[in-house]
Amino acid sequence: MLVIPCPHCGPRNEDEFVCWSEVVPRPADPAALSDLEWTDYVYNHANPRGWVREQWWHEHGCRRWIIVERNTLTHEVARTEPAPR
Amino acid sequence: MTSAKRRLPGLERQHRSLQKCGDASVTSVKQRFSIFSLLRNALGYRAGWQRMWRSPEPKRRYDVVIIGGGGHGLGAGYYLARDHGIRNVAVIEKGWLGGGNTARNTMTIRSNYVRPPSVPFHEGSMALYRELSRELGYNLMVSRRGMISFLQSSQAARTAARMANTMHVYGAKYEFIGVEEIKRRLPIFRPPPRPRLELLDGVYQPEAMMARHDAVAWGFARMADAHGVDVIQNCEVIGIRRDGGRVTGVETTRGVIEAEKVGMAVAGHGSVVAAMAGLRLPIEVQPLQAWVSEPVKPVFDEILVFSGYGCYMMQSDKGELVIGGPTDPYPSYAQRGSFRTIEQVTAAVLEMFPIFSRMKLLRHWAGMLDIVYDGSPIISKTPLRGFYVDVAGAGGFKTTPMAARMHAWLIAKDEPHELIGDFGLDRFARGRLVPEGGVSFNR
Repeated sequence: MLVIPCPHCGPRNEDEFVCWSEVVPRPADPAALSDLEWTDYVYNHANPRGWVREQWWHEHGCRRWIIVERNTLTHEVARTEPAPR
Repeated sequence: MTSAKRRLPGLERQHRSLQKCGDASVTSVKQRFSIFSLLRNALGYRAGWQRMWRSPEPKRRYDVVIIGGGGHGLGAGYYLARDHGIRNVAVIEKGWLGGGNTARNTMTIRSNYVRPPSVPFHEGSMALYRELSRELGYNLMVSRRGMISFLQSSQAARTAARMANTMHVYGAKYEFIGVEEIKRRLPIFRPPPRPRLELLDGVYQPEAMMARHDAVAWGFARMADAHGVDVIQNCEVIGIRRDGGRVTGVETTRGVIEAEKVGMAVAGHGSVVAAMAGLRLPIEVQPLQAWVSEPVKPVFDEILVFSGYGCYMMQSDKGELVIGGPTDPYPSYAQRGSFRTIEQVTAAVLEMFPIFSRMKLLRHWAGMLDIVYDGSPIISKTPLRGFYVDVAGAGGFKTTPMAARMHAWLIAKDEPHELIGDFGLDRFARGRLVPEGGVSFNR
């Protein structure tokens, strides 16, 4: 069971959150990408074994998006921060 | 429906073409298992049993190295030797055989899928499973239980109807049986008086099976070994050797092994191994938990799926109730999941079967699934020449023999068999996804 310290609400149970995806910066100019580069952005994941930065949604809390740094091997949550607007 | 019509004779042809591709004779099976060998060895104080496979040192060079000694990898080694006569093969495993996620699934073999490419693939796998014990000379304890899905919403009923139609095209049975028939088949089931979700209908796959999961890995290992394939345990891959866009071998904890071709059949670590080859795959690893009650006498035969709650229950040969639910909803390599899944799923099962509320849970575990973006397998060439991947997509136990066979075909011929033409890695760039759901539906 994860306890995720929401930067807006404090520590909350994982039940309240939705894990969305690892953070991948959106390409500045999608039209300039080749099909393969765009496919890589849309579908592929690093899916690392260890630390990862993810976007989570605090659905049953403040309903805001946050960034969670989490370890996929140990389930530690190192820190969270508000998602950039 | 032109595409279905086009595919229908195709399916027959596909299966014929598979049967044609060789049946190379076994070089040596050390021991056969039968009632007579059992008796003979019992009389000899069981001193005559031999090891089921060799434990060779890795050679410097192989034609093909398969990474992953679970069902998929060992099966690929076996089919490479049997179907294609390629015997200079090593299957390397970081732990012990079948000790990864082959040991962590819930044994169900079914084919209720909704997309045209999925049904013949899974049906073919079930056909292979039915013959596999005989073929491998090893009892996989395949048990044809049938599967009843409880439909608890009109949406679920619509999806089931669509599945039934797709499956009908390929000759697979998926029948609506109604609530009364569910009650007749399951005397222990009484619909709860005030359910959270009302039971509307039931749909039944008579051919659904269970099998002893460990035995699948062991049976393949034994026959792969008999065909001359080296099965190497305690040999973890730590790097993939490449030269000019072509794979040249693998670096392992037991030294470098050169290989002309490398097949990846790891479950739960697909991204990790692919990253060694410089590849990124459209997969996320998620834990799928299951737990088992104390054993009781047989109370029901079928595999039961509660679609509205996304969970399932069956009774194993040992009498334990096996219960499981959806995947935990975030990526994890931890081989354990959250308590909330256990709590929610158990609550749902007890709502349907309050009679089990006093039973004790004995064991619990989590397997790791490489969940592909569209929930379908990837059996494919990759941008790295000579490097092939077999990723199960959601749960991979049910597809083990067919995926292994297709993987072997792909490695031997460097071209996919038409049965897996739609399961290539290129489907994402082309926008030709094969979206599937199932119990572990997460998108």
